[in-house]
Amino acid sequence: MTPEQIVFWLTAAVIVASAVQVVTTRNLVHAALWLIVTLFGMAIIFVLLSAGFLAVVQVVVYIGAISILIIFAIMLTRRVMQDTGPQTNNNWRLALLIAAVLGAGIWYALSNVSFAVTATPVPNSETVLITLGDALASPNFYMVPLVTVGILLAAGMIGSIAIARDEDKE
Amino acid sequence: MVTLENYLFLGAVLFCVGAYGVLARKNAVAILMSIELMLNAVNINLVAFWHYLTPTQASGMAFALIVFAVAAAEAAVGLALIISIYRRRQTVVAEDVNLMKF
Repeated sequence: MTPEQIVFWLTAAVIVASAVQVVTTRNLVHAALWLIVTLFGMAIIFVLLSAGFLAVVQVVVYIGAISILIIFAIMLTRRVMQDTGPQTNNNWRLALLIAAVLGAGIWYALSNVSFAVTATPVPNSETVLITLGDALASPNFYMVPLVTVGILLAAGMIGSIAIARDEDKE
Repeated sequence: MVTLENYLFLGAVLFCVGAYGVLARKNAVAILMSIELMLNAVNINLVAFWHYLTPTQASGMAFALIVFAVAAAEAAVGLALIISIYRRRQTVVAEDVNLMKF
């Protein structure tokens, strides 16, 4: 087994195990911490796929911002849900069946198709980064989606403040 | 050699675990965490296809970046909604938010 294979299988095991812990653990703060472990594993997968920039973006955005936001929301809404009651609703068996059928369907579809994997080697990280930067900034490529995402983030920020604002204190 | 199919299977398993979490959990914040798992599975797929099929173009990575940004915006707005619901109804259980239920 090559080192790349060893790292991939170890990381995949950690990711799947901690994802299962996210959806089954009773304590919500523990679930958020298992989510952070999953996201770190995802960053390792991105490094294996020669997307180092995406690995750093994953750590900074998902772990550094979104997970912290989730922990804030858990702490702010903590009083009601007791940590000892059932944390799955009544349909969890049906949900398990749906997830299993979905997984089986995707596995079946993936095993019946073969992809034309290209033989050109992946360029080094500097070339990848320069290509990505050029594509994101050029009007022929992805400048319009980038600016749209900027507008989306601004709208999301304004909307979140408007929704979560405490209006009794005005 | 790690093949493309290995990464796609990992993305599929992660997506299905997230789908179970969305459908089976009571707490709304836990549902949002499972949605983040599903979005990460999509990102694995995008970057794996980029790496194995078109490594010289930037389209796969640009798509994954847009997915990151959209996931961040959606998490922020979703959590603001949950906090607002908690203030008004004193609950975050998704089943109890049923005023518009038929």
